Amino acid sequence: MRITVASGKGGTGKTTIATSLALSLTDDGNLPVFLDGDVEAPNAHLFLKPAFEQQQVVAILIPQVDESKCTYCGKCAEICQYHAIVVVGKKTLVFPQLCHGCGSCTLVCPEHAIHEVPEVIGVLERGPARRGISFSRGLLNIGEPMAVPIIRQLKKWIEVQPGQVEILDAPPGTSCPVVECMRGADFVLLVTEPTPFGLHDLRLAVQVARELHIPAGVVINRDGTGDERVDEFCQTEGIPILLRVPFERAIAEGVARGKTLVDIHPEYVDHFRQLFMQITALP
Amino acid sequence: MRIVISAITPDLDSVIDPRFGRAAYFVVVDTNTMEWESHPNPAAAASGGAGTQAAQYIAHLGTRVAVSGDFGPNAYDALNAADIAMYLLGTSQTVRAAVENYRAGQLTPVGAPTGEGNHRR
Repeated sequence: MRITVASGKGGTGKTTIATSLALSLTDDGNLPVFLDGDVEAPNAHLFLKPAFEQQQVVAILIPQVDESKCTYCGKCAEICQYHAIVVVGKKTLVFPQLCHGCGSCTLVCPEHAIHEVPEVIGVLERGPARRGISFSRGLLNIGEPMAVPIIRQLKKWIEVQPGQVEILDAPPGTSCPVVECMRGADFVLLVTEPTPFGLHDLRLAVQVARELHIPAGVVINRDGTGDERVDEFCQTEGIPILLRVPFERAIAEGVARGKTLVDIHPEYVDHFRQLFMQITALP
Repeated sequence: MRIVISAITPDLDSVIDPRFGRAAYFVVVDTNTMEWESHPNPAAAASGGAGTQAAQYIAHLGTRVAVSGDFGPNAYDALNAADIAMYLLGTSQTVRAAVENYRAGQLTPVGAPTGEGNHRR
């Protein structure tokens, strides 16, 4: 079973919730797998302290044009949805930074003038973390714009035993990397705060989960701040609120020192175990 | 000489669209006769790669000069490959004014990308 932790709004506590949920599920003998899917700015390692033992580079295939075979017919430019290859006069130009590596140009070239060369865009890392959690993360190289291939590879690279729970910490927002993190999940746990900003982005995140036909539940972090509108929204939309974490200085101080919620307040282990049971009990 | 200018509306007195890749229209003007034609930019609402798509489009319009407010790195490389000279609009407010300033030699030629580029992948 895979649970993706997402939020919409940034800084609502995705990693706080995801890491504590993982630590709370380590008593069953069947240790959880943790994936940090925020490949542009991963930070779950600060809390789960993995020792990375394995690495794998991630590359995408970029077209290379053999000018001696190219007739400048423009079919490659026509098919490219990302305008990463253009034909102007007697020149065919490739823009690797725009390329998604889909391979359409290579397939469509009548002269077989295009072949593909791998371009490294990032790396995957994995190893054991606190309490035996199997920790994996992706890391997008600085300056590279495309996170999705890293996340896609990360999901394939991990080794999951039957019955093992996967917890995937998604990046903020609702764009392609978040969609990729949610795709294939059995449940989406949306961490929000009860503010107008939290609600605005929660609405969007709920829409993404629904579009993907994945059931969702909400964790309200910094409960007691803001107003009632997140509660009202969840009630109207029939989205269960699975946990509330109060706005508390001790939590903020602890997290700032690299502690997880269950380190700061061990009684939360039970709350997270109940949350997990509620998720598994949902239809 | 035919020159192309990025424009907000499809006419000679249009305000210049300062963006190249996402300009609403391209107005092509013959600097000798002031005859003009306009073309909607097919890349105006592209999800990405607007600069390269727009550059490729203009390369087919048969002009050797493009005037706009900003040429990103991808548009710059593509226009350069197409041998289209790029000029910044300077103080020109309208397409007509840009043509006059071009004829008077008052526009600054662009020798490198003028912006960071906006949307990648």
